[in-house]
Amino acid sequence: MNAPLDVPAGKLLRPAPGTHITIRGLTKSFAGQPLYSGFDLDIPKGQITSIFGPNGCGKSTMINMVAGLLPMDGGEALFDGKTLADTVIGYVFQNYRDALFPWKRAIDNIKYPLRIAGKSRGEADARADELVKSFDIRFDLNRYPYELSGGQQQLVSIMRSLAVHPEVLFLDEPFSALDYEMTLFMRDKLQDIFEATRTTMILVSHDLDEAVYLADQVLMLTRRPTRIAEVVRFDAPRPRHPETLTSDAFIRAKAQCLEVFQREVRVRDTSIGA
Amino acid sequence: MFNGRIANALTPTIGALAFIFLWWFIAWLKLVDPILLPSPQASAKAIWDGFVGGNLMKDLLITIRRTLMAFGIAVAICVPLGLILGSSVRVYRSLEFVIDFFRSTPASALFPLFLVILGVGESTKIAVAAFGAGLLILFNTAYGVMNARKTRQAAARVMGASPMRVMMGVTLLESLPQTFVGMRSGVSFSLVIVIVAEMFIGSTDGLGQRVINAQMIFNMPEMYATIFAAGVLGYGLNLIFIVIERRFIHWGGK
Repeated sequence: MNAPLDVPAGKLLRPAPGTHITIRGLTKSFAGQPLYSGFDLDIPKGQITSIFGPNGCGKSTMINMVAGLLPMDGGEALFDGKTLADTVIGYVFQNYRDALFPWKRAIDNIKYPLRIAGKSRGEADARADELVKSFDIRFDLNRYPYELSGGQQQLVSIMRSLAVHPEVLFLDEPFSALDYEMTLFMRDKLQDIFEATRTTMILVSHDLDEAVYLADQVLMLTRRPTRIAEVVRFDAPRPRHPETLTSDAFIRAKAQCLEVFQREVRVRDTSIGA
Repeated sequence: MFNGRIANALTPTIGALAFIFLWWFIAWLKLVDPILLPSPQASAKAIWDGFVGGNLMKDLLITIRRTLMAFGIAVAICVPLGLILGSSVRVYRSLEFVIDFFRSTPASALFPLFLVILGVGESTKIAVAAFGAGLLILFNTAYGVMNARKTRQAAARVMGASPMRVMMGVTLLESLPQTFVGMRSGVSFSLVIVIVAEMFIGSTDGLGQRVINAQMIFNMPEMYATIFAAGVLGYGLNLIFIVIERRFIHWGGK
């Protein structure tokens, strides 16, 4: 109750119930410009959290820090109280072409994290078979990644990230390099995976429709120094389908996001002089 | 369609045939002193005689052996070194000037130095060639590592690969196309140095020594035959590398 005042504010924040990832006191600056300072966030377990915000607000930077790809200047992120080192994570990069290993066949790309995790050849084969079945793959995984289409490559990336049964799956604009038809297909594929596994997912997207459509909650960020502008819930039942995009609930959630977004963008724009 | 295919197959030989024809034509008109420029037929016969009756083959094999030894030493030392240098930009930047300086120094200018250190013998020829080729391989490997796409290393790291595993399983392979560029120039370079060394550094065998001997006794067909053998060797080494590259680095540029 009477917490001493000299304890950093972040330490006092208890995670909300059902929280999977607790981010406390996250601090990061680039070239002296603060991007995050004392940023706190709870990410719920078994839900999809979309992250949306103005350009340059550090959406990717945040998940890269939480996933350990980028050092934090200060603060910490814990997964159910565990550190990153004790947590199995998966990460899907935006640029599948640069993320897959072109010297390995698609199927060996999928097995790679299993081999890293010390699984035997037999175990890796078995798990890969399981993924191929559950994804209902119809193309030849014995090809090299550069012989596959963009959508097929990103599908391989996603299978690779899921091979180790991650506790958290990070997705950094995973579909932004795909054509529209493929994007629609991949959204539904991702949703199927989510329903089957209930893996905590964090999705960075610059497509608001996509961010809302897939999410249980949309995290709206401000311009830098970045804070949380608002967390917008979207509770439409799953599985969601193209009709969801025209439902009242979807339109309401999207309108709310848009309003927050425009408010956040306008803060700067009016000062530039309209 | 059939004619078209034959035409396509013959296109690459047009230049070579034109060259031989021009040579023959000049020799036939005796535009150049026949002693200096024998006919293609006489040179072809010298090649045949050199391989069948003479010891052109022996000299060719000796030059190949020296070139490959120099190249092998260069690869064994400079590929691992390039990987280490390339993985730390700071380390590479601090050594960049030294590497660039020695890479720009004509390796042939180092012969006297190596002669003093290693003496007149097999080791000097191989060492100078290895030195020159090694620097080419070193900086190409380092550049390959420095310019490797960071996403793949990040992907491996996020999957929990140790730094050593990222290095061997990702960075090394990622740099391989560039490393191969260095190896290809390196093997050509060691051939150049070995031939020069055979000419001037107390050699009793090898293609370089054979060329210079033929020139001294004005045995021009023999000289052209040896030059031709050296050319085939250089071309062949390059071709072998291109084939290996296509076969093993199938992802290059993709």
